Amino acid sequence: MIAFEAHNLTVSYDKQPVLWDIDFEIPKGKLVGIIGPNGSGKTTLLKAVMGILKSDSGYVKVFDKNPDKVRERMGYVPQRQSVDWDFPATVMDITLMGRYRKGRLLGRLSKSDKEIAADSLKRVGMYEYRNRQISELSGGQQQRVFIARSLAQQADVYLMDEPFVGIDAASEESILSLLQEMRTAGKTVIMVHHDLHTALEFFDWVVLLNTRLVAAGPKEEVLTEENLRTAYGGKLNVLSRIADLIKSKEYPIRERDMKE
Amino acid sequence: MIGCALIGAGASAVGVFSFLRKQALVGDAVAHALLPGVALAFMVSGEKSIWILFPGAFVAGWLGLLSIDFISRYSKIKSDTAIAIVLTIFFSIGIVLLTHIQQSDYGNQSGLSDFLFGKAAAMLPSDIALFVLVDLILLFLIVITYRYLKLYSFDPDFAKAIGLPVKGIQFILSSLTVLAVASGIQAVGVVLMAALIITPAAAARFFTGRLSHMISLAMLIGLISSLIGVYISSLAVSMPTGPWIVMVLSILAILAFIFAPGKGLLQRSRRRLKHQQKVRNENLLKLFYSLEEKNPERFYSRPKLLRSRRFQGKELEDLLQKLEKQNILQKEENRYGLTDEGREEAKRVVRLHRLWELYLNERMNIAPDHVHHDAEAIEHIITPELERELLKDLGYPKLDPHLSEIPGIKDMQR
Repeated sequence: MIAFEAHNLTVSYDKQPVLWDIDFEIPKGKLVGIIGPNGSGKTTLLKAVMGILKSDSGYVKVFDKNPDKVRERMGYVPQRQSVDWDFPATVMDITLMGRYRKGRLLGRLSKSDKEIAADSLKRVGMYEYRNRQISELSGGQQQRVFIARSLAQQADVYLMDEPFVGIDAASEESILSLLQEMRTAGKTVIMVHHDLHTALEFFDWVVLLNTRLVAAGPKEEVLTEENLRTAYGGKLNVLSRIADLIKSKEYPIRERDMKE
Repeated sequence: MIGCALIGAGASAVGVFSFLRKQALVGDAVAHALLPGVALAFMVSGEKSIWILFPGAFVAGWLGLLSIDFISRYSKIKSDTAIAIVLTIFFSIGIVLLTHIQQSDYGNQSGLSDFLFGKAAAMLPSDIALFVLVDLILLFLIVITYRYLKLYSFDPDFAKAIGLPVKGIQFILSSLTVLAVASGIQAVGVVLMAALIITPAAAARFFTGRLSHMISLAMLIGLISSLIGVYISSLAVSMPTGPWIVMVLSILAILAFIFAPGKGLLQRSRRRLKHQQKVRNENLLKLFYSLEEKNPERFYSRPKLLRSRRFQGKELEDLLQKLEKQNILQKEENRYGLTDEGREEAKRVVRLHRLWELYLNERMNIAPDHVHHDAEAIEHIITPELERELLKDLGYPKLDPHLSEIPGIKDMQR
């Protein structure tokens, strides 16, 4: 069964296209790494899927449906540095945010919500820290709290943005074994990963990006020397210049925008 | 006074969210943008009642926000520049209108300039009803949407990702800001209103790690400052209230900055001094230990100690006396030596020093002649918990990179 499908996806960031016509599928129950050099559009891809950024063209399907319709089945772990950790809140406060839902404003969070949050914290090994201020946590601990929050969402597919950046070896180990547990339970985890060397070790399936799709599929098929050279060998010259032109002249990237 | 207290509380509550979202300047822009709205409302209606002027202020404030958004979205101008532009343009229009009003037939007794710096004395009892209404709306909205506001202030991307109505939340936050700021024009005035939004929140942050407490505390600070500020300004005739409220507020904030438990300046410098003392104590202990390693005497005279290490002025004397009192050192005639307790403590520090040198050498590939200074600093901060981890990590080693024995390893293995 296909968990995730991107079709002809084009997304701009800051008026410049960073993803061109991306097309790939991901089967259910795999640990998937999205790999590519810096600036290759990996975070943009995640954000477009989660609905945080608007795509210029193309679409994404999650479990064969429009992602907006299956938001409750999609867990999200943003980059750790995208928030200010000086915010007045405890570890439990943040984890409980995973239980927030559209439309559930009033009313206390139910007992089961709290239990789910507590359970998520236990799975990442942060339960003893539940009343600690998030400003007092180390990088690895902060990352684990973010993951706990997404676990509390009780999703079927998880999208994570560079969860292994800047964390200590102990946190890395514990997160990795958690991910393997999740895969055994049939969850699909799609993760932007920053490090090529560990990619071969961690993942089953790899999506290799450099503004356009270089390859997608089982890791042994994708991580060939030729593919890696293509992906990491620098940006396509002509494509980059077209992208720059689009940004500087504010051209639309698809016909439909031109029909005023 | 009641009116001002209400305004102070309401504005401070809203201000917490502006503070946390790092949008302090937007509050200032909104406050300045209100002025032309106030002036126009007066010109159109001829009345000075706050019930007329408030809607004018509210509309102008919203226009200001929309302008900022419009400018930063549709031009290359970044948001901080957009804020500055809108603030100054709106404000200058407002001043021009105010001046025109004052010089024309409308009335030199208009007292509209009171809206620059606030004049609580000009408040009518009927005005209080407006403030009560505004505060009720503010608190109602905050309580109802509390969860959304909290998540959105912390992590707007996640909020969007789980499908929360982000545009709606932004609308509510903006409305809250404009409402709070507009209500303050009589008490604090347009120029200084920003302070009432941000300073209580900043001060409250020093004292609590819980958002709900932060809001309550900020409201309290805002309320008290308003009350005191109004009282002081009433002591002299025709004194504007705004500056006084802000001054009281600033004093409270500075006090918070200095005296807050944990994060305050006072506590932090106390912690620093304590650490410096610890460093001096432990260094002296290390000195005794290294002297013992070289000769069997165990008791050393002051001149010998002074020769072995650099001390400043009375430093050695103070240390000797303090450590003797703590039973770390003992005195024999005119010479000093370690007690048993002192020796254990000295061994601990030397052990930490040598373990850290080994860690730097083995785990971080640093040459043996480069590790000493690092260890000199780090030996004082390694906790017993970290010491255990170090020992495990290095495998209970016997020698440091300079092949000196690491004291007490056998005991630690038990």
